[in-house]
Amino acid sequence: MKNCTFRIKRFDPERDAAPRWEEYAVQVEPFQRLLDGLAKVKDSIDGSLTYRRSCAHGICGSCAMKINGKNRLACQTLVKDMPDTIEFEPLPAFPVIKDLVVDMDPFFGKNGEVLPRLINEEPPPERERLQSQEEQHRILEAITCIMCGCCTSSCPSYWADRKYLGPAAILKAARFVLDTRDRAIGERLKIIARPHGIWRCHSIYNCVEVCPKEIDITGHISKMKRMALKKRG
Amino acid sequence: MTHNFDTVIIGSGLAGLRAAIEAAKHGTVAVLTKLYPTRSHSTAAQGGIAAALGNEEPDSPEWHFYDTAKGSDFLGDQAAIEVMCEDAIRTVIELEHMGVPFSRTPEGKIAQRRFGGHTRDFGAAAVRRACYSADRTGHAILFALYEQSGLQGVKFFDEFHVLDIAVEEGGCGGVIALEIKTGEIHMFSAKATLVASGGYGRVYKTTSNAIASTGDCLGILFRTGVPLQDMEFFQFHPTGLYGLGILVTEGARGEGGILVNREGERFMERYAPTIKDLAPRDMVSRAIMTEVREGRGIDGRDFVHLDLRGIKRGILEERLPEITTFCKIYMGLDPALAPIPVLPTAHYAMGGIPTDIDGRVFKDEKGGVVEGLFAAGECACVSVHGANRLGCNSLLDTVVFGRRAGMEIGRFLKSAEPGGIGGDLARRTVEGHASMQGRSGTEKAPEIRSELQKRMTDECSVFRHREDLEKLVAEIRALERRAAGIGIKDAGKRFNTEVLEAIELSHLLALSEVIALSALRREESRGAHSREDFPKRDDVNWLKHTLAFRTEKGIELRHKPVSITKFKPVERKY
Repeated sequence: MKNCTFRIKRFDPERDAAPRWEEYAVQVEPFQRLLDGLAKVKDSIDGSLTYRRSCAHGICGSCAMKINGKNRLACQTLVKDMPDTIEFEPLPAFPVIKDLVVDMDPFFGKNGEVLPRLINEEPPPERERLQSQEEQHRILEAITCIMCGCCTSSCPSYWADRKYLGPAAILKAARFVLDTRDRAIGERLKIIARPHGIWRCHSIYNCVEVCPKEIDITGHISKMKRMALKKRG
Repeated sequence: MTHNFDTVIIGSGLAGLRAAIEAAKHGTVAVLTKLYPTRSHSTAAQGGIAAALGNEEPDSPEWHFYDTAKGSDFLGDQAAIEVMCEDAIRTVIELEHMGVPFSRTPEGKIAQRRFGGHTRDFGAAAVRRACYSADRTGHAILFALYEQSGLQGVKFFDEFHVLDIAVEEGGCGGVIALEIKTGEIHMFSAKATLVASGGYGRVYKTTSNAIASTGDCLGILFRTGVPLQDMEFFQFHPTGLYGLGILVTEGARGEGGILVNREGERFMERYAPTIKDLAPRDMVSRAIMTEVREGRGIDGRDFVHLDLRGIKRGILEERLPEITTFCKIYMGLDPALAPIPVLPTAHYAMGGIPTDIDGRVFKDEKGGVVEGLFAAGECACVSVHGANRLGCNSLLDTVVFGRRAGMEIGRFLKSAEPGGIGGDLARRTVEGHASMQGRSGTEKAPEIRSELQKRMTDECSVFRHREDLEKLVAEIRALERRAAGIGIKDAGKRFNTEVLEAIELSHLLALSEVIALSALRREESRGAHSREDFPKRDDVNWLKHTLAFRTEKGIELRHKPVSITKFKPVERKY
């Protein structure tokens, strides 16, 4: 067992004028998840502590938050990899609803702008559309995105311009642009090349640094920039 | 706030979304989820979706039908199983056309791999039937269906928690739900209501299920008088990461992984000589627990090893990247270099809301239905899985029967009366909910929940016994009495998860009692229900489904026959 101090930035919209920091002493095992520690606080110290969680193993994307200055999933960060004092804050750049819960609607809304679905109006063949293994590998990274929001919320370009699509939505566009089965590539490239689109990305790499799925998001955005240029030329 | 829709769907996993795409062709559709759609637990499904495509080797829907019936220990309804297996190929091809990024064969077709209990030639050898997208198949399908449903004009209500379902006077008029963000209660009147709310693995301590998998809608419907079917059958997946219960897909064994005990023995050879490590889950879980009980766990402890070291690193990275990462993060080991400590983990509810093959919900054992109420996916019991589900058949079940329910809703809407929620029910729900915020009481919901989960795990898991089950029923009832005195610190309206957890606990308690009573009553061993005091399957007395009803005198158990059309029950050997 390890004795840890959880410093949690809390905010109750019905009671607090501004966020406040609270400290909790928590005993946790080195291989426990920080999410387990948060549950200990909620279950045995303060039931009103509020955060999102569901799958608890890094696949649903609910528990994204800022932990010791970096966006991460609380369920994918282990006690053994952290110092004794751990600071929890809500994801930056999204409106705070309560404690560690932010409003994700703006985030999901961006996604809706990039035609986020496979578009192919050719009559479908009787069986599957063929796609080689190499072609499928081109979308392999992009399809692992879990929409946790760590990337967009860590992006200085997004902090400066809330109209910016942000890394997650551009990655979503790339997932379809790079899919050989899709037939709306030009339309999609046009959408992401508009003002507040791909050109807002200045390759700061925060998104790559925080992505819990280790996706090279900046690499995908660069690829989209190149394709958009070629399309125009 | 009041809303009017033709169809309201509870749950945004595979079943709910596939139904939504269909129902949206026939009217307005609202989908309610207590999470965001992409966070639904379908996303955690790893290994694949079953269909006899025959892309990698010869296969047939009839073999699939046989395997599923045999896997179910002959409790699955064969008329329904045949519908599912016959529709599997069309289903997977349709998903591919919708954009699901399946892994591919060298010829560019959908790749397929071996999975537990799926065989060729009626049990001759394992067959490649699982269509997969690496080990993220659920995630790949969920995203594609979510993306396509947006196109159909489906209206999503994200982070809405269902408080009640308006089943009144034999029909269903809609849903009452809490908008979590604001604390406001919304009334959704609907002509058709589809429950696709998933499983309830959180009745157990160690589970592969999400924290959100608490069976709320089953608890609600049971309260209104709708029966629950075959609740004694709960699947324990053989390979949960030791201590955590996080799933390691059966695909790991499909790709060549083996289970070994402390002596380094590949012990499944003794239990299932033909298909060994790819035997159905109930058998493999029992084998692991038997090895542990007889002192052959690793170092004499309570786990065995899943050894993937025989799989080339390239294959691990290409086809099993997610579980490879899980092992590294949560266990600190590289599965290419070290064996993985595993133990069975509570995984899937075969039982649930009884439905016909078009999703209509039965109100009794004689075939009467609740007008306007439908169910599909893990929360439903069609029953295609009977006493034990085969791997990859759950995703298939959700998409096949989600679509069928959506189509049936389309037919139903043509002559359906408008929905509506009775004033009494609405008032009771609003007042009841308000009284929970900041409620005083000496009991703590988390303590009762962990006590329940521990009791269920100790007394109603892979092996069961009358003495344990009788004790368990009494313990659950005592916990239910304690739950009446739960105190809530959070007095706020907005995002009050403390209240939500207390509500979820009430459903976990109700479902646990049904599971324990159904398990106590069934005096035989079949599929996932293994009674040490009745170790044999008893087709004379127990080849029948259980239906649990809530009555004024407590829970009443009744039965209904199993549909056996083609494959006569025989002893299950692999």
